[in-house]
Amino acid sequence: MRINRKTMFVGMIALALGSTLASGQNAGISSGYITWYDGLNLSAQRGHGLYLRYCYGCHGLQGNGKGENAPFLDPKPRDFTAATFKCRSTPTGTLPLDSDLMRTLDQGISTSGMPSWRPLGHQDHMDLIAYIKTFSQRWKTEKPGTPIKIPPETAVTMDSINHGYQVFQKLECAKCHGPGGRGDGPAADTLMDSKNQSIRPYDFAEATNSSRFKCGETNEDLYRIFMTGLDGTPMPSYADQVQPNDAWDLVHFLRTLQVNRHSKERDVLKEAGGKIAAPGG
Amino acid sequence: MLKKQIFLIFAMVFPLLAGAATVSGKVTYTGAPTKPEPLNMAAEPTCQKEHASSPVANESVVTGPNNALANVVVYVSAGDSGQAKAPAHPVTYDQKGCQYIPHVVVVQANQDLKITNDDHFLHNIHPLPKLNTEWNKAQPAGAPPIDVKFDKEEFIPVNCNIHPWMHGYFVVLKTSHYSLTKDNGSFSLPDLPPGKYTITAWHEKYGKQTQDVTISGNETKTIDFSFKAL
Repeated sequence: MRINRKTMFVGMIALALGSTLASGQNAGISSGYITWYDGLNLSAQRGHGLYLRYCYGCHGLQGNGKGENAPFLDPKPRDFTAATFKCRSTPTGTLPLDSDLMRTLDQGISTSGMPSWRPLGHQDHMDLIAYIKTFSQRWKTEKPGTPIKIPPETAVTMDSINHGYQVFQKLECAKCHGPGGRGDGPAADTLMDSKNQSIRPYDFAEATNSSRFKCGETNEDLYRIFMTGLDGTPMPSYADQVQPNDAWDLVHFLRTLQVNRHSKERDVLKEAGGKIAAPGG
Repeated sequence: MLKKQIFLIFAMVFPLLAGAATVSGKVTYTGAPTKPEPLNMAAEPTCQKEHASSPVANESVVTGPNNALANVVVYVSAGDSGQAKAPAHPVTYDQKGCQYIPHVVVVQANQDLKITNDDHFLHNIHPLPKLNTEWNKAQPAGAPPIDVKFDKEEFIPVNCNIHPWMHGYFVVLKTSHYSLTKDNGSFSLPDLPPGKYTITAWHEKYGKQTQDVTISGNETKTIDFSFKAL
């Protein structure tokens, strides 16, 4: 049987395209293939392959957070072209450290569609970070911010909890989070993120022993969250407004709002009769 | 009247400066702008009470007599020789009565912008730039001013997430030749050396318009802009 030369040519192109696509799907260091991509260093090239395999479904090929799964997700996937990140150790408006992005990859973001990518391992995390940095020029023109200093935690005492309550009042956290931290403050219903999507404030009462904040789970994480703010959301940075000791007192008070989660703070409060002194009282 | 006086002052002073021309004119609208809605400040009772007798309207389109259009930034967008150095004095942006005062503020790139909170409660100030960097800072009652700078030319919407009716603009320009129209719609760009310039007029809702002018000496050129009301 004579095969038409043209048919053969088209067939070869189709075969070549197919295998390119397949290698794209399976690329990255884990599969042993590297996708060649112009202008990227080796790590970012490996990251590109991994991105095509694990990330683009939500974050999109252009990294703009508009992957095919995005319409079904709330909160929406991160738009890497803006280089704005919620979970940082650095001040609001600055780029995060690699270690901040690493933590997000490692731990995921609870209460969102972002899972933990711990199984991929350190090198894959590094490669993915190298690749997502190619989506924004900011990574070329700016340096990451200087991390906010977190002094050693102060003792958990009733004095600290009581004073933390005063700080909570002074900073008017209840405007969004509500007087009992249940995410039901007067502004809660109208909050929008920077992409104009409706967003709910954190409900402290919802927390259980196994739950996490979006950006961590320790007292230090909680300290960092209100100091740096969660960029791209309505949660602002309080770094200019709160002194370190006041900040630790606020952390201790906030823990008492997590009524369904065991904590040292709740034990101290329980021992003292379960009552927080009103300011001035 | 005032315009005439200003012109007279210019006419007296400018011949003394070598090659200092002025481009001035008026910004107007055609058609019928939608009537601004009164803002519902129920979520912040203090502000609702404060404005009870004269409710504040949405400021995205502010007009004056004779179809004058306010809050238009008119500036030299091309032809300015060299980048103007940012002036040392800061520009102030205040939060008062759950409003931004002024609604639109113009700063030069890298000029200090001082944000103050004159209210007795918390605001968060949250600019949403695309070219500059997005940040979000809390400013509780009695907090000191927040000093910031932007380094890239951009028209940046500003919001308070706590009070969703609060909207404003930070307009960051490279040039030092700009003018922000008030209720009478007039603008003036003095001290322009001879040359060819593109003058742009920007309005937050009606967009941008440009006109080219050529200046040869100490003259006053009049150009007007007219936006179609949406």
